[in-house]
Amino acid sequence: MVSIEDYVARIEETCGEERDFIVIFKYDKREEAVAKILKKAKIEKSISAIIFELTFKDVSFRLYGTGKAIFRKLKERSELQNVLINLLS
Amino acid sequence: MFDPCKIREDFPILKRKINNHPLIYFDNAATSQKPRQVIEVIKDFYENHNANVHRAVHTLSQEASELYENAHEEVAKFISANSIEEIVFLRGTTEAINLVSYAWGLRNLKKGDEVIISLMEHHSNIVPWETLSKVNGFNVRYVGVNDDGTLDYEAFENMISEKAKIVCVGHVSNVTGVVNDVKRIAKVAHDHGALTLVDGAQSVPHLPVNVKDLDVDFLAFSGHKMLGPTGIGALYSKREILERMEPFQGGGEMIREVSFNPVTKRCSISWNDLPWKFEAGTPNVCGGVGLMEAVKYLRRIGMENVNAHECTLTEYAMQRMKECQKVKIYGPKDASVKCGIIPFNIEGLSSHDVALFLDSYGIMIRSGFHCAQPLHQTFKLKSSARTSFYIYNTREEIDRFADVLKEIDQL
Repeated sequence: MVSIEDYVARIEETCGEERDFIVIFKYDKREEAVAKILKKAKIEKSISAIIFELTFKDVSFRLYGTGKAIFRKLKERSELQNVLINLLS
Repeated sequence: MFDPCKIREDFPILKRKINNHPLIYFDNAATSQKPRQVIEVIKDFYENHNANVHRAVHTLSQEASELYENAHEEVAKFISANSIEEIVFLRGTTEAINLVSYAWGLRNLKKGDEVIISLMEHHSNIVPWETLSKVNGFNVRYVGVNDDGTLDYEAFENMISEKAKIVCVGHVSNVTGVVNDVKRIAKVAHDHGALTLVDGAQSVPHLPVNVKDLDVDFLAFSGHKMLGPTGIGALYSKREILERMEPFQGGGEMIREVSFNPVTKRCSISWNDLPWKFEAGTPNVCGGVGLMEAVKYLRRIGMENVNAHECTLTEYAMQRMKECQKVKIYGPKDASVKCGIIPFNIEGLSSHDVALFLDSYGIMIRSGFHCAQPLHQTFKLKSSARTSFYIYNTREEIDRFADVLKEIDQL
């Protein structure tokens, strides 16, 4: 069973009406995390192999080659955690 | 002669690469980078002079005390205060404003009084007053801003009355970079019997600031935004005001005497001299020493030169950013009425996306509300991206930034 802590260094929750979650993957695990996510999620658009617009189970998000991702329109942190577990396992 | 390329040699961090690109640091409104002179003085303090201050007769304590007092002296000179008695060292701007709101506001504000704040304030100049108003029952009133982000002076002058006891305003907006005419604001406030508190977090590091000329009653600022370490900042106030105020926190250092009376079975307490009366507990001595070195560094460059360099960069950056069709810049179009801060958004992208994209190219900018949600609400913005410059930034960096913005523009 994959643990989010194996891959994720920090999750930043932005303030304001529309809360975004910014996921920062661990530096030494970021390439592995990006590769896993790209395998599982559907690539809607790729820009210069730097940004990937992805969807996974009706959740759309952007993944950056630098090991960061931005998730929108998720209501709860637990929802994000479920998505991450699925993507990283 | 002012030469940013020469200045850059003093900043070891600027040699770093981030995501395989040379670091471009454009998040100076959040915090500045530190020159080796500041880094070395901190190292030297802990290696050679570390001791508690004002507590002991031994040599090290004397050295540390002298350095710490010199630091107050240097900061006082930097803003043209009369003496070190007018300079209280604290953790930073936030703590300084909280000191004023609690040590002054708690005792001087009552139901029916008004505190006037501008809508462009950082949360740290809003929250302490709103919080205290729930205790003391005074009213907090907000002065609006014009469409270009400048303060609505007419609204301010119409709003202020004898009910106003203090006017709290930022010298420079941390979102738009707008420079407020605090001298004019202080004059109007004084004409109505009110004091002025100026949040100088974005002005003291970037402009020549003379508290005597501005005639403000309180000025708060942070060391970390002006090349100094984090955890150190200062509150300036006129000596007569500080003398009338009760301390903010109680403890060691801020007292002259704590004497137990065997008859009343209570302690009677007398306060220490200024500024120590407001510096309870062991202070951030090394932070003060680091701040002193930062101030010396800025004085050597000259604050007029700092300001001129940032104005030139801002004008150039705004011009280059306008080449990108999807970029929308907020705030005044005239760079001469602002400091080196440019808020913007890119159509169809969130500010966080913009920041993450730029990060991929080693360019560090801020995204979000910048702790100024009411101003974003005024502009009907969910958030904004913000680029902010300092002495070590160059036109070449702006060119690189503009090129990456163009790439985003074409997405």
